[in-house]
Amino acid sequence: MATLDAPLIVSARRDLADSFSLSRYLDTGGYVALRKALAMYPEAVAGEVDAASLLGRGGAGFPAGRKWSMLRRSAISYLVVNGDESEPATFKDHYLVERDPHQLVEGVIIAAYALQVTQAFIFLRGEFALGLERVQQAVNDAYAHGALGTKIFGSNFSLDVVVHPGAGAYICGEETALLEALEGKRGFPRIKPPFFPAVTGLYGEPTVVNNVETMSNLPWIINHGGAAFAALGVGRSTGTRLFALAGNVKNPGVYELEMVKNTFRDIIFDPALGGGLDQGRSLKAFIPGGVSAPWFGPDLLDTPLGQDEVGALGSMLGSGSIVVLDDASCVVRATWRIAKFFSRESCGQCTPCREGSGWIERVMYRLEHGGGRLADLDLLLDLCDNIAPGLTWPPQQTTICVLGPSIPSSVHSALSMFRDDFVAHVVHGGCPHV
Amino acid sequence: MSHFRAELRQRADDIVALYPRARSAMLPLLHLAQEQDGYVCDEGIAEVATLTGTTPADVRGTAAFYDMFHLKPVGRYVVGVCTNIACLLAGGEELLEHAATKLGCVAGETSEDGWFTLEETECLADCNFAPCVQVNHRYVRTTTSETFDTMVQDLREGRLDHEVPAHGTLVRVKRQGGLRVNREDIAAERALASAERTARAQAASPESA
Repeated sequence: MATLDAPLIVSARRDLADSFSLSRYLDTGGYVALRKALAMYPEAVAGEVDAASLLGRGGAGFPAGRKWSMLRRSAISYLVVNGDESEPATFKDHYLVERDPHQLVEGVIIAAYALQVTQAFIFLRGEFALGLERVQQAVNDAYAHGALGTKIFGSNFSLDVVVHPGAGAYICGEETALLEALEGKRGFPRIKPPFFPAVTGLYGEPTVVNNVETMSNLPWIINHGGAAFAALGVGRSTGTRLFALAGNVKNPGVYELEMVKNTFRDIIFDPALGGGLDQGRSLKAFIPGGVSAPWFGPDLLDTPLGQDEVGALGSMLGSGSIVVLDDASCVVRATWRIAKFFSRESCGQCTPCREGSGWIERVMYRLEHGGGRLADLDLLLDLCDNIAPGLTWPPQQTTICVLGPSIPSSVHSALSMFRDDFVAHVVHGGCPHV
Repeated sequence: MSHFRAELRQRADDIVALYPRARSAMLPLLHLAQEQDGYVCDEGIAEVATLTGTTPADVRGTAAFYDMFHLKPVGRYVVGVCTNIACLLAGGEELLEHAATKLGCVAGETSEDGWFTLEETECLADCNFAPCVQVNHRYVRTTTSETFDTMVQDLREGRLDHEVPAHGTLVRVKRQGGLRVNREDIAAERALASAERTARAQAASPESA
């Protein structure tokens, strides 16, 4: 049975039809946390976030408080919100920007105050047309309400927030690529070091880049205190998290669950959550944290939904996306489609990623569509090994960013778990499912 | 002589003023060019180059990187059907195939009557309504061939005009006003806060100062 007694922190307004309006937001406690934060010292606000032990909700899971503490002191600094949510089957930030834009904006202002940045940008992927409109409206409303602009709520803190549209490129979710896009260039990830935008970010100035969900947690943390947040979850995984459940499951959707207290079995099968698979179907595999993550089989269903718990088993909680594949789905086809995605979205700067993704995609294509050979199975592993030598987890890096080393995850998983399915495609001369 | 009509030229100038450097306005301005012309044409590129202090070649090179910018004319409606993992499992490929038959053009092409351009997209982050379809980047949440056909009819007969604007129009909610805090004021405000914080830290541990 799922454990569902934790408070809803970021999706508390999910059942309100007008959850995105300023009036509803104010009726339900909106902008109280900002007033409270402005009455505190900035370092005390940051201290609450540190005490909350809030892990970044974008995918890498880096502690937000630590990221903040690394911000180089400078006359000019920036806060940039990463709302480029494009990891396949991840749709939690989509929910947040459309359904609770004021919560995001309030979180951004709180963070900007704690960090004392000179300007903040909210970068949203261009395909979020409605989300862009909702967040822009929220920003407009916040100015009119006195929550943005000069001397916010009569304090000595002033701030401008700019909503910035992306234009369709998965790679812009990588924070240095996002900064390039925000500087008006192609979304090419930057060469590291410097590793952290907190040292060298937008226009070379210190910049904190945080995910939409990370920001959306801040009003609750300030209202209730970092300790109350840290009391939820287990170990390093504190608070709640939005999980986007998709694929062959009865009730796909976004669910807010306390960290670690529930397992993959709970979210996939509990009637109040995923509701299980269709009648007569059984679970073949699931992808625990976005298509960059290695897959899990049914034997790992009882793994708790926690960052370290999933990490210890050789995958990642990643972007908070869970994809369910049932026994009627074709893993070769699924793997081919994922490879095609990476091939299309590789920015092209690094040879292993640019060439490797295309090569893997073409080999996967011929396996799925006929023309595959038994030797292709080893060829695929060899190609994967060239991108991420040793096929370890976490992967070895041969490229500027982590897109490249994410490519082998699904290919390696599918081949290790379902080699017979690949062989069947060769023997059958194409997909036996069609 | 501006290629942007007066109202858009004003908006373009307002957008540039939001950023510390003009080039940062590149993507929003390209969206604006696409809003006026339906796609990013040569004149739009030249205009964006002028506004961002770059060259047309630079603007074109940047625009070409991003899927949402169309450098050639497209239909009135750009229909995107997702076939990525969640949609694949829900029949996205079959829906894309149906869309091609219904619209009379394959992915990447425009129907003869100029109404529709069909695209196979990557994940659009709406996987609980898989397979996911966007028209001019509005989620239409039609997941079957039957509802797809109804939607096409609705588009043709104008019943979705309030939900689905012309191609290129991305954000209908305009920012109210430019930056409210000038850079000198914010620098002074931050410098003061920083000095106060240093004083607090010194008061808390005088020996480490």
